[in-house]
Amino acid sequence: MPIGQLLVEGLAIGACYGLFATAVVIIYKTSEVVNFAQGEMAMFSSFVAFHILSVYHYPFWLAFIMTMIFSILLGVLIEFLFLRPAKHPSILGMIVITLGAEMFLMGLASWKWGAEQQHFALPLDQRVTYEPVSGMVINNWTIAVLVVATVVMLLLYVFFKYTKLGVAMRATQQNKLAAKIMGINTGRIFSFAWGLSSLIGATAGMFFASRAALDPVFMMEPFLRAFAAAVLGGLMSIPGVIIGGGLMGLIENFFGYYWPHWKPIVAFIVIILVLCLRPSGLFARHYVKKV
Amino acid sequence: MDMKRDYYEDIRLFKSNVVIFWTVVLLIALFTAPLYIDSYNVYLLNIIMVHVILAVGLNILVGSTGQISLGHAGFFAIGAYGTALLMMKFQIPFVFAILIAAFIAAFFGFILGLPALRLEGPYLAIASLGFGLTIMHIIGGMDVFGGRMGVRAPPLDLGIQQLGLTWILKTDVQKYYLILILTILLVVGARNILKTRVGRSFVAIRDSDIAAEVIGVNLTIYKTLAFAVSAFYAGVAGGLFGFVLGFFDPFTFNLILSIMFLVMVVVGGLGAIQGGIMGAALITYLQYDLFKNIAEVPYLGAFLVAVSKQWFTLVGLENFNAMAIGLIMIGIIIFEPLGMFGVWIRLKKYWMTWPF
Repeated sequence: MPIGQLLVEGLAIGACYGLFATAVVIIYKTSEVVNFAQGEMAMFSSFVAFHILSVYHYPFWLAFIMTMIFSILLGVLIEFLFLRPAKHPSILGMIVITLGAEMFLMGLASWKWGAEQQHFALPLDQRVTYEPVSGMVINNWTIAVLVVATVVMLLLYVFFKYTKLGVAMRATQQNKLAAKIMGINTGRIFSFAWGLSSLIGATAGMFFASRAALDPVFMMEPFLRAFAAAVLGGLMSIPGVIIGGGLMGLIENFFGYYWPHWKPIVAFIVIILVLCLRPSGLFARHYVKKV
Repeated sequence: MDMKRDYYEDIRLFKSNVVIFWTVVLLIALFTAPLYIDSYNVYLLNIIMVHVILAVGLNILVGSTGQISLGHAGFFAIGAYGTALLMMKFQIPFVFAILIAAFIAAFFGFILGLPALRLEGPYLAIASLGFGLTIMHIIGGMDVFGGRMGVRAPPLDLGIQQLGLTWILKTDVQKYYLILILTILLVVGARNILKTRVGRSFVAIRDSDIAAEVIGVNLTIYKTLAFAVSAFYAGVAGGLFGFVLGFFDPFTFNLILSIMFLVMVVVGGLGAIQGGIMGAALITYLQYDLFKNIAEVPYLGAFLVAVSKQWFTLVGLENFNAMAIGLIMIGIIIFEPLGMFGVWIRLKKYWMTWPF
C-alpha cells in the first residue's frame, strides 16, 4: 500500500478543503449564517476566470487578478442584495436565502456557459514531479496548493490579530451590539466578510476546477466535503478548520483507497458522526445555551 | 379574530359553515376535474398532490416543530424504492407495500431524530443534508436497488394477488383518484395530529424547547416523533411518486429535490396545513409547467429568447427554472416571511370589517 503517496495526496486535497472551509467559517463567524451558496460563488468566479482566459485570451496573472476583484464584488453584492434587506430573519430564513442564492447562481452559470464540462488549467505543469522521499511523489499542483493554503493562513492570522479591520471583525463576531456602540459599522463588516470569504473561496475553487473539470455543479461535492472539514474543526475556529481539512482529506483518501465504491459518502458519515458525538467540533469550545 | 371559547371549538374539523361550503366546492371540483382537463394536466395534478402530501408532512416538522430538514428527498426515495421493490421482489400487495415502506421511512426518520436532540439550526440542516445524500448514494451504489440504472415501477395493482384479485390502475385518471383519496386522508390526518396533545407538544417545542421541557413535554419522544411522522408522510408520497413517474433513478432524489421541498413549505407558509398545500401546488406548477416552457410564454418568452441569443446560450434557457426559484426563495424571506398563508391572513383581516 503506497502510504506515503496517499498521505501526500490526502494532505494536498485536505489543504484545498481547508482553504475552502475557511471561506465558510469566515462568514459563519461574523454573521452566524451558514452560507450554502459558497460553492456556487466559487464556481461562478472560476467560470469568470475561464471566460477571461478562453474568450479574451488574457495572460493568466491578469485573469487571476480580475477574477479576484470580481469574486470580492460578487460576495459583497450577494450580501448587499439578498441578506441585508431581510429584517430579523430566522435561522431557517437565512438558510433559505443562501440556498436561493445557490440556485440562482447555478441557473445563471448554466444559462451562460451551458452544462457541459470545460477544461480549466492553471499555469502549472502537473507532469513535473518530485520525489523527495521514495514513495512520495509530489507534483506542481500539490506544491501550489500547500503553498497557497499556508500563505492564506498566515495572512489571515496577521489580519485577524494585528489589523484594525480584523479586530473589528472579531469584535462584531463576539457581540454585535457592543461593537455597534463602539462605533464599528457592522453592516460594512458583514459586506467585507462576504467579500473576503468569496475571494478565498474563488481561489480554492480554481484549484478544484483545475484538478477535475469545470461545470455548473462541480463545486457541489467539494463544498460538502469542505463543510465536513469545517464541522470537524468546529465551524468557529480557523486553525481548527485547517486541521479539520487535513484530517478530512486523509480520511477520504485512505477510505477511498480501500473502498473506492463508497468514497462519495465518507464526508456525510464524518459530518453525521462528528455532529452526533461532538457537535461543537473537535477543536472548538463547547457552547452552552443560556435561557 | 377567531377566539376559541371552549376546547371543543378548538378541535372541530370545520370552523364554520363557510369553511364547510368551500371545502365541499373544492372537493367536488377535485373529484370532477378529470372530466374537463386534459391528460397532461391530470399528470401535473398527480405530481402536485404527491408534493402536497410531502409538504404537509414536512410542514409538521419544519413549521410546527421548528426542526430544519434538508434531507427529505432521502425519505422520499425510501418510500419510492421501498414500495416498488416490496411489490416486485416479495409480491406484497400495494396497500401493504406502501404502508411498510412508509414505516421504514418513519423508522429512518426516528434515527435522524436522535442526533436532532442535540443539534439545532444550521447544524441540524447540515446533518439532515448529509443524511439525504447518503441515502441517495447508498441506493445508487447497491445492485439490489437497481444501481445507477434506476427502477421501473411495477403495474399499480390495488388487488391482492395471493387471493386472485387484481385491479390494475393503468391510466393517469385512475391513479388520480387513488392519489386524491390518499391525499385527503393524510391532510385531514395531519390537521388532526396538530389539534391533539402531540401537536401542541410540537408547537411548544418550536416556540421554546427549554420551556417545553420545563412544563413536562418529553423532548426525546416528541422530537423523534415529529421526524418519524414527517418521514412517514414523505414515504407515502415517495411510494405514490414512483408510480406517477413510472421510472426513477437514484439521482431523481438529489439535493435540489430536498431544497424544493423546503421551498414549498416556506413559500406556502410555515406551520399551517393550508400553507403546505398552497406552496406545493404553486411551486410544482411553476417548476413543471410555467418555467419549464418559459420560452412559449407570450412576451416574456420572446424577450428571454432574445436575451439568450444575445448574451447567453439558447440551450441553457431551461435553467431559468433554477434561477427563478432561487429568486422566489430570496424574495419570500425578504418580503413575506410568513409565505402565502401570511398574505391570505392579512387579506382576510383587511376585509373583515368591510365596508367600514
